[in-house]
Amino acid sequence: MDFSIFLIQCLNALQYGLLLYLVAMGLTLIFGIMGVINLAHGSFYMVGAYMAFALAPLVGGNFFATLLVGVALAAVLGYLLEWAFFSFLYEREHLQQVLMTYGLILVFEELRSLLVGDDVYGVTPPDFLAGSIALGDVMTYPVYRLFVSAVCLLLALGMYLVFTRTRLGMMIRAGSVNREMVQSLGIDIQFLYRVVFAAGVAIAAFAGMVAAPISSVYPGMGNQVLIICFVVVVIGGIGSIRGAFFAALLIGLVDTFGKVLLPQASGVLVYVLMALILLWKPNGLFKAAG
Amino acid sequence: MKLFRATVLAAAVLCATSAHADDKPLKVGLMLPATGTYATLGSAIENGFKLYVDENGGKLGGRDVEYVKVDDESDPAKATDNVNKLIKGDKVDVLVGTVHSGVAAAMAKTAKDTGTLLVVPNAGADAITGPLCAPNIFRTSFTNWQPGYAMGEVMAEKGYKKVVTITWKYAAGDESVNGFKEAFEKKGGEVVKQLSLPFPNVEFQALLTEIAATKPDAVYTFFAGAGAVKFVKDYKAAGLMGSIPLYGAGFLTDGTLKAQGGAGEGLMTTLHYADELDVPKDKTFRAAYSKAYDAQPDVYAVQGYDAAQVLKIGLDAVKGDVSKTAEIAAAVEAAEIDSPRGKFTFSKAHNPVQDIYLREAKGEKNPEVSVASKALADPAKGCRM
Repeated sequence: MDFSIFLIQCLNALQYGLLLYLVAMGLTLIFGIMGVINLAHGSFYMVGAYMAFALAPLVGGNFFATLLVGVALAAVLGYLLEWAFFSFLYEREHLQQVLMTYGLILVFEELRSLLVGDDVYGVTPPDFLAGSIALGDVMTYPVYRLFVSAVCLLLALGMYLVFTRTRLGMMIRAGSVNREMVQSLGIDIQFLYRVVFAAGVAIAAFAGMVAAPISSVYPGMGNQVLIICFVVVVIGGIGSIRGAFFAALLIGLVDTFGKVLLPQASGVLVYVLMALILLWKPNGLFKAAG
Repeated sequence: MKLFRATVLAAAVLCATSAHADDKPLKVGLMLPATGTYATLGSAIENGFKLYVDENGGKLGGRDVEYVKVDDESDPAKATDNVNKLIKGDKVDVLVGTVHSGVAAAMAKTAKDTGTLLVVPNAGADAITGPLCAPNIFRTSFTNWQPGYAMGEVMAEKGYKKVVTITWKYAAGDESVNGFKEAFEKKGGEVVKQLSLPFPNVEFQALLTEIAATKPDAVYTFFAGAGAVKFVKDYKAAGLMGSIPLYGAGFLTDGTLKAQGGAGEGLMTTLHYADELDVPKDKTFRAAYSKAYDAQPDVYAVQGYDAAQVLKIGLDAVKGDVSKTAEIAAAVEAAEIDSPRGKFTFSKAHNPVQDIYLREAKGEKNPEVSVASKALADPAKGCRM
């Protein structure tokens, strides 16, 4: 591997890591901070991707208008789901959370099949992001991928600031540590959690919409990202926004170079990494709330 | 609508034949995916099968056809249970299925043990007409080896010397690449690098960089469905389409061209079926199919249609007595199947000996360019029959 190829692979790793973080971010909120094992996270991602495909013609094909409408709809969906289902789950066992969120996967998959069908669809990125830039004389790099990376960095920064620098962030962190205590201090924890959950769903759907032009839209796409999202959250340390960020980058690195240098083992490398990190630090890289 | 028509037809046929009380209906077990990634393939196969049965008055081998359906979910873990349910529970006379190779392998094992007549309308795993071959098992599709082998010959003849292959690390991908490599290296080419990634991972960027760094003359690939859509788009976005020509097994551009949004234009692939074939049977088949289902048929519909044809040939020879396996096999082996893909015969291992077409993607279609390999027979490695 010569140096320029090495640099391009590093870019690939970084870019993939950021995409992973974007996809896992919603799960960090719902699983990491609210403590609900949410297997339906992949479904929210899928809902987003299908919205990018299905809403585009309805709002005149403008990509950013689609994003805006999609995020709003997803937030409403999240709010309603929390009210109807998830609000009953906080005090329950993990098994019940798993069963219910698994049920939601089936419901969303079936709805998707009924509404949109089982075909694969492509989503085109907006024109000004559709081009590619040359990387030396080796290959070109799609501008849209760089755009996704930038979006992800911005979102990560925004989330970090909200959690560490604002009153809202403080309340959410406090709630994740001791729900009853926060409530007794006069904060409406029920409403707060509903908002956080809606935000988690909205972010997952947003990730799906932003990733749609790269990944295309197809049945079962949510289940594919689900496991890797849990790996990101667990490696990073449950409940840690910063941890998830570094975990995603680490996975991007291991996956990219694993595929090139150790192709025979590339399927398991990420999980070996997870096992090693959990042996070394049973709570993940960063411990909670930060 | 189409269900209604089928019901009416079945009812009419039932009334017409109710005089012959000794002719029990032929129970056909359709074990196909009705949900999941392969759901559309499953319904195309079922439509094709039923079209042929309906064209023949709802009968096969002189017996009325009755369907028992199971959704196999493309889940190998549930395959053996599902097959047993059909064979022992529903007591089907004939099994038809399926798309997923792992599920089909489980079906073939059970069929081999129980002697139930099985027709495989898609799954391309070499093993089904290899080590698992049996007198009562037929396949109307292809082996993964076949399109790969044909493309190996084509690319060697185009003068490529160094080729990189890329696919998912699973049976279908490996078998396709092995077929390609066998033909390509026999004709003096060299596969300089075999890239793969775990199924169904679609993060290709690292491997595309690897291809760019290796600078081969061309690339051979096996991807299907969503993976094929994404691979072709990523390949183009990486700027490789102009400098390193891409070739593949037909699934790369079958049913995926629309989603690829023009990125797949001009791609050359090999498969046992193509659009706009100069085959009279294909024209009548396409007209009948689009009339019956209000949709255009694809290669999967053809395979389903041929599965019913094969059953008719076999069962007609024994007047519907499914227990006479040897005579059914003899009749099918001797027959020439008048398929929409062009006429084909069966090999000793019961896989089609068929023309593999070279196609070029134009718009949303894959019209034929030429016949890449005439009457290509799978070597049926490991079949003792």
